[in-house]
Amino acid sequence: MSQLSNRQTWLTLLKRDLRIAARRRSDALNPLLFLLMVVTLFPLGIGPGPDILARIAPGIIWVAALLASLLGLERLFRDDFQDGTLEQLCLLPQPLAFTVTAKMMAHWLLSGLPLVILSPVLALLLSLPLQGWWALALTLFLGTPALSALGAIGAALTLQVQRGSSLVSLILIPLFIPLLIFATAAVENASMGLAVHGQLAILAAISVLTVTLAPLAVAAGIRMSVN
Amino acid sequence: MAFDSFTDFVAMGGYGLYVWLSFFLSFVVLAGVALETLLAKRQLVKKSRQLQQRQQRLARRTANRAAVGDGNEPKT
Amino acid sequence: MWRWLHPYAKPEATYNLLQKLLPWFVALTLVTLITGVIWGLAFAPGDYQQGDSYRIIFLHVPAAIFSMGAYMGMAIMGGIALIWQIKTAEWAIPAIAPVGAALTVVALLTGAIWGKPMWGTWWVWDARLTSELILLFLYVGVMALYFAFDDARTGAKAAAILSLVGVINLPIIHFSVEWWNTLHQGATITKFERPSIAASMLIPLLICLAGFAFLTVSLVMMRLKNEILRHELHRPWAQQRLEQD
Repeated sequence: MSQLSNRQTWLTLLKRDLRIAARRRSDALNPLLFLLMVVTLFPLGIGPGPDILARIAPGIIWVAALLASLLGLERLFRDDFQDGTLEQLCLLPQPLAFTVTAKMMAHWLLSGLPLVILSPVLALLLSLPLQGWWALALTLFLGTPALSALGAIGAALTLQVQRGSSLVSLILIPLFIPLLIFATAAVENASMGLAVHGQLAILAAISVLTVTLAPLAVAAGIRMSVN
Repeated sequence: MAFDSFTDFVAMGGYGLYVWLSFFLSFVVLAGVALETLLAKRQLVKKSRQLQQRQQRLARRTANRAAVGDGNEPKT
Repeated sequence: MWRWLHPYAKPEATYNLLQKLLPWFVALTLVTLITGVIWGLAFAPGDYQQGDSYRIIFLHVPAAIFSMGAYMGMAIMGGIALIWQIKTAEWAIPAIAPVGAALTVVALLTGAIWGKPMWGTWWVWDARLTSELILLFLYVGVMALYFAFDDARTGAKAAAILSLVGVINLPIIHFSVEWWNTLHQGATITKFERPSIAASMLIPLLICLAGFAFLTVSLVMMRLKNEILRHELHRPWAQQRLEQD
């Protein structure tokens, strides 16, 4: 039996997760529809005045995105945990902290990236000025990897908990706060025509830090649950 | 002493409500934690007594069984 | 070098040590806290700007500092529990978390009450108050996670991992909130920016700080004793201790 290289293993895992997701499209689609609907609620609740909508658009879109990212998290490891795939992952020659990054990547491709693609529609609905559009897309592009990474920590820690979805939100929302602050500030600055490099750089730094450190916590959480 | 009279002390220069309210609420919260801890200790004592009784009962039963025999031991 | 620490991996030895130290800490707490509070309330001079309302500082600042300190302590215990698998460190997490949460609540309450005469409203999204509120959420998360598991060991491990994640995030959250606050600086003036505090106010504040430190440690020790007994209840030594006192 030939051993798979690190890269092959990683790609195999990624493809496997994507293939499973392709068979259950609603799982990836539902959070996006949720996001769209929540964003629709705000003009209905506040009034359709474009001034006030444009003013609060960055905050609304980001808060809705944070909430949407919490939706499918429970399922991230649950199925693999129940059918024993996670145990097999633990037994691979590659460290668990490495292999889980493939799952995090798959999660980002299925939840983070569609958000980035959807963002112009959301910006349009909330009459965000045109300069804000690319800033919104950029903040989502830079921030959603951190959302996936933090989300994976929450999902790994609550694997054994029955009905852990409310618990996941409880432990993750405080950790999302820095992302929300810098992302909305960047979009606000951009729609006023100011420089946004600083905020984007900090956002990227937070993402890099989170994506590098989170796998360790995720691996520890999975090991704790599998044993 | 920063105050001339006891009434002044209570009034806190017009801020009496805020100062005393904050000290009172802080005391309630912190004393609450201490009280909860003491009550938990009492609960533990009760639980320990129950556990000991159960252990004694079990010990007595096994001793009785060993002495009388409950019909389950292998026939010789 | 660390050999003297080894016996304390055994719960009974830790319990005995706590038992021995606790009365001293309780005594120190009572002495420092009562002295500090009376000094602060009655003897420290009034502030020339804020009058006597500033006396809330003698509770607010120590509570805020040790609410963060307790989180650090909890995260350190979490690290020890994960790395060396020491049970006593695992039990320290449920012992510390409620104490830290209570200190956070005290900091929030005193901050809000102090805000009323200073800003005219009970709640202002001031950087420190917001940070404290988020810290409370972090504590709530750790406690909720700990109690969500049927098996206490798994719960402790999950809570330990979360507290470590939280402690890495805490400075990021803190600075982002501070930055956010300066960004949205409205009518509020940061009252906490005190230039140089007079010695006549500083000394009682330091005494109150010491008092809160001893209070935190005493409460944690009391709760840790309970946790040790709770998990060792089936052992004869724990039953004996419970009968003794």
